[in-house]
Amino acid sequence: MQGGATGLAYRGRTASIGFAHGPFVRVDADTNGERVAGNLAEEALALRAAIDTASGQIADLAGIAGGEAAQILEFQVALLEDEDFIEAIFTSIGEGDAADVAWRSALDTQIADYNSAADEYLKARSSDLADLRDRVINILRGGEGHALKIPSGAVVCADDLPPSRFLEIDWTSGGGLALLRGSPTSHVAMLARARGIPMVVQLGAIPDIGATALLDGEGATLELDPSAEQVRLFESRRESHRKSRASARAILRRPTASWRGERIKLFINIQGVDDLEHADAQYADGIGLMRTEFLLTGGGGLPDEQTQFQAYDAVLRWADRRPVTIRTFDAGGDKPVPGFTLDGEANPFLGVRGLRLCLARPEIFAIQLRALARAAVRGNLKVMFPMVTSADELEAGRKLFAEVVRNLQADGIAAMLPELGIMVEVPAAALAIASFKSAFFSIGSNDLAQYVLACDRSNGALAPLMDPLHPAVLELIARTAAHGRRAAVSVSLCGDMASDPRCLPALLNCGLRELSVNASALAQIKQAIDRLSSGGSLG
Amino acid sequence: MLDKADGQIFTGNVRLVHAVGMHARPAVKLTKLAKKFQAQISVRVAGAAEWINAKSVVKIMAMRAAHGSTIEIRASGSDAEVAVAALVDLIASDFPDGA
Repeated sequence: MQGGATGLAYRGRTASIGFAHGPFVRVDADTNGERVAGNLAEEALALRAAIDTASGQIADLAGIAGGEAAQILEFQVALLEDEDFIEAIFTSIGEGDAADVAWRSALDTQIADYNSAADEYLKARSSDLADLRDRVINILRGGEGHALKIPSGAVVCADDLPPSRFLEIDWTSGGGLALLRGSPTSHVAMLARARGIPMVVQLGAIPDIGATALLDGEGATLELDPSAEQVRLFESRRESHRKSRASARAILRRPTASWRGERIKLFINIQGVDDLEHADAQYADGIGLMRTEFLLTGGGGLPDEQTQFQAYDAVLRWADRRPVTIRTFDAGGDKPVPGFTLDGEANPFLGVRGLRLCLARPEIFAIQLRALARAAVRGNLKVMFPMVTSADELEAGRKLFAEVVRNLQADGIAAMLPELGIMVEVPAAALAIASFKSAFFSIGSNDLAQYVLACDRSNGALAPLMDPLHPAVLELIARTAAHGRRAAVSVSLCGDMASDPRCLPALLNCGLRELSVNASALAQIKQAIDRLSSGGSLG
Repeated sequence: MLDKADGQIFTGNVRLVHAVGMHARPAVKLTKLAKKFQAQISVRVAGAAEWINAKSVVKIMAMRAAHGSTIEIRASGSDAEVAVAALVDLIASDFPDGA
C-alpha cells in the first residue's frame, strides 16, 4: 500500500490495538546530528556531567518502575559506577577522542561482546547497554533535562524501544508507538497493551521524514503526512472501532453468552492480583487461569507460604463463588527463575519446565501446594499443573499434594485437596487425553501450537508458520473437547487464540464451550459470540 | 575454606550455585559488596589465567562464570580477610536479596 501523492503508507504487525493521529516523532539517537567537541578538559567534564545526569534519570525511573524493571536499571547504574570501565573512557578522551565518540566506542565494544555470546540472558542484556549508550549520548547532545521530549499524543517511531524509554514517555494524552523492528511478544508490547497504547512493529525501513502520522494498531498500518482522504478513512476506521467497543461493552453486561442455544462460559486470565482491577473483570464467569510466576519474580527470592496464601486468598475472595483456576508455577522455558530453574539447558522449551521442574524441586513445590491447600477451603478453587506429558506426572503431583494436605490437617490447619486438572499443551497429552484422571482440562494453545508446529513462538522469523488455526492444532483441540464431552469433564482454552475474535468460530466448531481470555478482550469476545449467534459475520 | 597465603594476601574459593551463572543481578551484588571494603579484591573462575577486579561489574560480567563453576577470590589490604569471607558467603548463599 505504498502511495505517491497521497502520502506514504507502511504495513507492519500489530502489537497493541488502538488508533493514534498525531505528530510524527523519531527518537533514534543516531538521527540527532553531530555535536561539536570542545577541548580535552571540556570533553572530560561534559562526559562526567552526562554520566551524573544519566545516573539521576535512571534512579528516578527505577523508583517509578519498581520490581523487575528496577533490577534491570540497577545494572545500568552499576555500569556507570564501574571505575575501571569509566576510567578507560576518560583515558581515550585524554588521548583526543570526543566525549561522545569515546563513550560510544566503549559501549559498542561491550554490546558486540554481549551479542556474540551464546547465552540468551547475556544477549538480552545488550539492549540494556544500548539503552544506556543512547541515554548518555542524548544528554551529551544537549538533551539536558529529560532525554526525550515528546509532544503529547505523538506517534513515536524508533528502530526498537527499550522498556525504560517507554516508561519515560508521557502517554496520558494518548499517542502510539511505531517500531521498525521490535516484536509483539516484547516487554514493551506488553506495556503498551496494558496501557491501551496502539503499537505496530516490524514496519521495516521508513524514510526519516513526515510531520504527522496515522497509526492504526488494528490494521497494523502507519501513514505519514496523510492526505485529507487518508485522514477521513482513518477517522472512520477509528470511529467504527470505537462504536464496536461501545456496543461490546453493552453486550458485556448481559449475564451470559450463548451460541446455538448453548451457554458459552467466559473466564479471564490474570497474571497477578492487580489484573482484577480491570473494569471488565467483574463480568467474567470466573478466573480460567491465574498465573503464579509473578510470585517468583517479585523480588525477595522465592515466596514463602504466607505470601502465596494471601495472593490466592485475595483472588478467591474477589471471585466469591465463581471458580478460580490457579496454575502451579510454570517456570523454565522462556521464563527462567534464579534459584529455581536449571541453567545451561540446550533447549529449555523442551527441558525441565512446568510440572517437570516442580516435581524435580519438591521442596519448592510443596510450599506452593501448602498455600493452595489452605486457600482451597476459602472458595471455589481448582488447581492445574502446566506442561504435563504423561499421566504418571499428574499422579506424582496429586500424591505430593495429598501428602501436604494430610500434614496440614494433622497440624490442625484447615486445608483440603482442590479439584486437580492439567494444562493440555504437550501434543502427547492431547493425543493420549483419555489416560489422564483429570477433573478438568485447560488447553494452553500457545505452547500446544509451538510444539505441534515445531516453531519457537518467540522467533519472529517463523511468524507466518506459527498459525494457531493450522489444521493439526485444531485437530488436537477438537480431540480434547470431544473427550471432555464423552467423559463429562470440562475443557477450556486459555491461550491467546481465545482472545482473538478471528479464531472464535474455529474454537466453537471444535466443540469448546469455555474460553479464558484477557480481561481487556472479554467485551470483544462476548460481542463476537453474539454476532456469530445472530448469524452475522465477525466484520 | 579460607587459607592464609602469605601475610598480606587472603584467598578463598566457592562454587557458583546461582542458576543462571554470573549474570547482571549477581554481578551487581558482588561488585556492590566488594566496594564496601578498602581491600584490593580480585576474582577469577578457577584455573583462568587472569585475575579480575571484583569492583568492576563490566569485568565480572565479562568473566562469563557459569553455573557450577568455582570462583577464586584473592584480597589484600586492611580488611582483606573479612572481605574474602563476605564474598564467599554472598556467592555460597546464592546472592540473597537484601545482601
